[in-house]
Amino acid sequence: MTTTTTEARAGATTAPARAGRPNRARTDWLKRAEIILLAGPAIVMFVGFVIFPVFMAAYYGFFRWRGFGPPTDFIGLQNYVTILTDGLFLSALQHNAFIVVMSLVLQGPIAIGFALLLNQQVKGRSIIRVLIFVPYVIAEVIVGTGWGLMLQTTGAVNDFLGKIGLEGLQQDWIANPKIAIWTLMVIISWKYIGFAVILMLAGMQGIPDELYEAAAVDGASYWQIQRSITLPLLGPTIRIWAFLSIIGSLQLFDLVYIIWGQYVADTAGTSTMATYMVREGRLTGNYGYGNAVAVVIFLISLVIALTYQRFVLRRDTDGALTEKPGKETT
Amino acid sequence: MSQVALTTRGKKKAFRRPQGGKQKKASIPWGSPSVYLIATVLIAICIMPVLYIILGGFRSNSQITTDPSGLPNPWVFSNYTEVLTAGTFWTQFGNSMISAILTTVGCVALALAASYVIARYEFRGRNAMFSLFAAGLMFPLTVAITPLYILIRTLGLTNSLAGIILPQIAFALPMTVIILVPFLRAIPKEIEEAAAIDGSGRVGFFFRMVLPLSMPGVMTTGILAFIGAWNNYMLPLFILSDPDKYTLPLGVQAFASQHSVDTAAVLAFTSLSMLPALLFFSIFERRIVGGLTGAVKG
Repeated sequence: MTTTTTEARAGATTAPARAGRPNRARTDWLKRAEIILLAGPAIVMFVGFVIFPVFMAAYYGFFRWRGFGPPTDFIGLQNYVTILTDGLFLSALQHNAFIVVMSLVLQGPIAIGFALLLNQQVKGRSIIRVLIFVPYVIAEVIVGTGWGLMLQTTGAVNDFLGKIGLEGLQQDWIANPKIAIWTLMVIISWKYIGFAVILMLAGMQGIPDELYEAAAVDGASYWQIQRSITLPLLGPTIRIWAFLSIIGSLQLFDLVYIIWGQYVADTAGTSTMATYMVREGRLTGNYGYGNAVAVVIFLISLVIALTYQRFVLRRDTDGALTEKPGKETT
Repeated sequence: MSQVALTTRGKKKAFRRPQGGKQKKASIPWGSPSVYLIATVLIAICIMPVLYIILGGFRSNSQITTDPSGLPNPWVFSNYTEVLTAGTFWTQFGNSMISAILTTVGCVALALAASYVIARYEFRGRNAMFSLFAAGLMFPLTVAITPLYILIRTLGLTNSLAGIILPQIAFALPMTVIILVPFLRAIPKEIEEAAAIDGSGRVGFFFRMVLPLSMPGVMTTGILAFIGAWNNYMLPLFILSDPDKYTLPLGVQAFASQHSVDTAAVLAFTSLSMLPALLFFSIFERRIVGGLTGAVKG
């Protein structure tokens, strides 16, 4: 595809240089054809498989529908009323809220601390960077299976605690509703901390060295420098990371579904909106209801994301998204 | 859409990364020992569970039962050889490979074409086109999965790899476009004009200049798409029901529930299925981490 279209592109982008040539109208037409040919496939795929299903979810959500044939049993907002009054959904929502907050509180400081550590002159930094990124690269299924085995009552974690004389700390990590959600938090933090560290580290290395040199000349201590230079200038990175973390926490599915299975999640207190959706929608065959749950998750995420964008991210993304394409930015 | 700020800033660094990295590397002093102590502890926490899975595969079930957190003693290789000689693993490995490779190629090809238009064509609606893809980050798979399943079923693609590859490409597009556009935009106009003056054809320009110059971005996005597809769980869970069509994540789960008493075999199967992604990652680590952030110096 690219062969023919890039060939055809000949007149298009160099148009300014050849301005005044007689076949201007023809080049415009060519350019339009190229734009459609090049960008068309991606847009069709994207709209077809990403945007369209979300709108279909909104439509199906108004029906009582088992997923076969066209939906006919229109019930208006009945599904939504059921969702918002179902105790199981509300507790799932609470768990999501807990995960959102605790992810920020736990992972943020640890990631910043670790990035500060690695931002110093450390030998073997690239190896360390690889190793902390490993959990992020491993599939959720593997993380879930591995941790699930390790955390069984007779598993490696309890056994290890016994060996080092901490029998008192042995727990039923997965089934005990008092601590299951904390177990989940530890696993989530373990899985995603590497990504946070890499982002923070990148943000720190984007801070100009001159600032540090100037501060050092002025006699500032290491901690003073970090507090008044690194942290403020790391602001945009922290805000972006927090955004990604919040959205990810709201959509959490794989880890809970794998470790706590389809039904145990409710009793252990780790169910999320997404596991609720799969359980009530897919597994019971109530597709209309499942779609309505999807719409609720989407709206909650959207409202939170837009609020966050409006009040927190605005100053960071202002230039990036609204940037005039022709303008040189470098 | 938040990545935009990140990557546009990365763009400025992308072309001067080489010398920036080298200067520093020459003479790094050792620094304080406490730094290494903390780093060691954190790294141990990061890789211990991974080691548990890999080493557990080298133990027998009785070893695991009597001493859950011990080391292999003696080393048992039969778990791994049994998984490797049974057909299931290789069938699912093949499915995962097909899915990941086709997703990567499809996603990068489509996104490169679209990003090229967004980055280097002047036309009304190009901001809107970029915003459309950026908005895609707000449409995660979780929300779309139920109607997506119905769509795939209507297309008659359930239980086929095409049924997971097409949505995977579509869902990887936003991130890919957002990372590629700044790379393509950063190629100076002068190069393009110079190439035209030198009589290099349009095809030549694309393949000799555009592609090499945007290679860091292409590699990064390609690797992210590959690992994303390799690890994908939710989509195959909905679309694939025949074990012969399973990708490895589903295979791991199925194997774990079938062999729930044979922990050692489960661990062997699990560690074999994470090796490809780990290998792939460690080969291209510099590319991912470097390209993802643009600003990381090695």
